[in-house]
Amino acid sequence: MEELAKAIAIGLGAVGPGIGIGMIGARAMEAIGRNPEAAGRVLVPMLIASAFAEAIAIYALVIAFSI
Amino acid sequence: MAQEITHETTLYAEPVGHLGPLPITNALLTSWTAVLVIALLAIIVRRSLREVPRGIQNFFEAVLEGALSLCDQVTGNRHVSEKVFPLAFSVFLFILVNNWLGLLPLGGLGVVEESEQGAVFIPFLRSGTADINTTLGLAVMSVIGANLFGIITIGAWKTFNKFINLKAISSIATRVRKDPSILVVAPVTFFVGILELIGEFAKVASLSFRLFGNVFAGEVLLIAMSAILPYLLPIPFIFLEIFVGLIQALIFAILTLVYFSIAATHHGEEQA
Repeated sequence: MEELAKAIAIGLGAVGPGIGIGMIGARAMEAIGRNPEAAGRVLVPMLIASAFAEAIAIYALVIAFSI
Repeated sequence: MAQEITHETTLYAEPVGHLGPLPITNALLTSWTAVLVIALLAIIVRRSLREVPRGIQNFFEAVLEGALSLCDQVTGNRHVSEKVFPLAFSVFLFILVNNWLGLLPLGGLGVVEESEQGAVFIPFLRSGTADINTTLGLAVMSVIGANLFGIITIGAWKTFNKFINLKAISSIATRVRKDPSILVVAPVTFFVGILELIGEFAKVASLSFRLFGNVFAGEVLLIAMSAILPYLLPIPFIFLEIFVGLIQALIFAILTLVYFSIAATHHGEEQA
């Protein structure tokens, strides 16, 4: 049962951030496609935003380890 | 006697030797190597420094210039970035060299240790960042450093009020006559401050676990791939891991910068 709880915790916890990072990446690609010169300026905000989205998955990972 | 020598990837770094009572783990050994590599590079570049750059100095000047302009983009202020840049870039270099040292195909170097389960092979090189102690140390340093930076730039009282908002509470007494809505706003502001305090711990957790998780998962991935088809299949994944190592070092450094620049700005006080 405990194993299952761990699996569910990280599995469900990774869904949201996964979608979020996908959307961030998609929009960044779109922005670069529209304006290729802005690639350098898009990179840093994109990385920061995806890092914050990823943090949610890491909380789930911490919970999964501590169950 | 032919004994099966096994090797398994463990969540914690394995000790390869002892220095008095202090166990030397392979992650610690790799961290030292990383420090040595960076120091040697620094000395080499420093000794041949000249006005018109040549050779390796060219390369490092280009890297530094690019990194500094990236840093400007994050902080939005040359003055702040000049102060924080040395720390953030050192963190970046340390993590990058660590990540890449762990990828070096020197897996054959190591010690064989006898234990109850039989002989276990322990490699010398394990990325220092694949040990939670290293990443936790780096994360704690970066968050505490950010708060210290905030105390230096905007003052201890303002930094304290970001977390335990005594100013909001005291404003009830002074402003309640002019503006009764402060009775609702001030407790909310105070509670937001408490949330910020919890957020500082969340920052440490997310910084350390992100780096550790990515690097450790990379090692496990490489080992799993070489178990399926040795020598050939891991090659594309090694390229992936080189890229991941760079990106994670970049993210750690950029987040450190972000925390520092957040700490250096004070929340605009709305005057009633």
